Amino acid sequence: MTSYLHDAEPIPGTTIFDGKMAIKGYALNKMCYSFNDAEGREAFLADEEAYCDKFGLNEEQKAAIRNRNVLDMIKAGGNIYYLAKFAGIFGLGVQDVGAQQTGMTVEAFKDMLVEAGR
Amino acid sequence: MAQIIGGITTSHIPAIGNAISKELFDDPYWVPFFEGYPPVRDWLADSKPDVAIVIYNDHGLNFFLDKLPTFAVGAAPEYHNADEGWGLATLDPYPGDPELSWHVIESLVADEFDITSCQEMKVDHGFTVPMSLFWPNRKEVGIKTIPVCINTVQHPLPSPSRCYRLGQAIGRAIESYDKDLKVVVLGTGGLSHQLDGERAGFINKEFDLMCMEKIVSDPEALTGYSIHDIVRLAGAQGTELILWLAMRGALTGTVSKLHGNYHIPISNTASGLLLLENAA
Repeated sequence: MTSYLHDAEPIPGTTIFDGKMAIKGYALNKMCYSFNDAEGREAFLADEEAYCDKFGLNEEQKAAIRNRNVLDMIKAGGNIYYLAKFAGIFGLGVQDVGAQQTGMTVEAFKDMLVEAGR
Repeated sequence: MAQIIGGITTSHIPAIGNAISKELFDDPYWVPFFEGYPPVRDWLADSKPDVAIVIYNDHGLNFFLDKLPTFAVGAAPEYHNADEGWGLATLDPYPGDPELSWHVIESLVADEFDITSCQEMKVDHGFTVPMSLFWPNRKEVGIKTIPVCINTVQHPLPSPSRCYRLGQAIGRAIESYDKDLKVVVLGTGGLSHQLDGERAGFINKEFDLMCMEKIVSDPEALTGYSIHDIVRLAGAQGTELILWLAMRGALTGTVSKLHGNYHIPISNTASGLLLLENAA
């Protein structure tokens, strides 16, 4: 019986959100979870730094949030399901987030997806 | 006795919910997706199931990382939708069937699946989008639901093999229920997609089409994959294939495919639809 936990072969461009990442990203993910509620989104927009501090984000996480940099958020332990709620505050969907992470324009990213169907 | 009349798989991408609320059914982007659904709705209208077991994954609405069950089963009189952070309109509650839920829970635990029971459970797009696709008229029909939530957020995820066996145990649970109910099992999510990392946008058509064939004719062929294999072959969120496998496990009779559709892309995802009939 094989388990991915024992499979050391990394998958390029992919972070497995395991226990190690869950420990690292807990504060960041907890803040993003709070964005399910409109009050959380409004409080963040009213004072970003104070809101990050309230959840105990570290400097790396705060910088990633400040720079709106999704890859840095993932490195800092962010889980994409919660980060999607952060992106939602700015009206960004998964294709905008995909474009940012791959360094493509949103149009080029969408074209790549269409191409995958051919 | 209760009887499982069939299983249905469908993608559950949030953008679909948005397209439904905006009624984009004739939009050229959406036509190849929505045109797959009328045959399923016709079958549901003819076969009239009483209960839908909805096997899905929560995306951070009901569960956070503070307490994250591997398998959770709803046992509520009704299930509420809520804002997932995008400010979309909240959908009306979904009626449950607590008596059947508790039967399933008791049966699963007796079968050594130690699940988490939930007398309150908010349901997100993984649950609501398929319900909207299959039962746009759900209030007239009065379909009851039992959400079965499988963790795909926090690794370790349960293996494909384990999820298939969970489905088999759900099948045994339903078939040992002493009320004459018709039950349909939904497996939502999939197919290949990846939202995170430099590999975002990854899609694997060949693997998806193989899965859509094997899940009908030879599901056990898919149970040999590890979660790591599926991340590699179908993308980080392609692991939702385990939800399809759990659905398929519950179909313990003679299974035949009545309808299918596959389309790339919807949002970042290869969307798949299958209607399977389960004959006793």
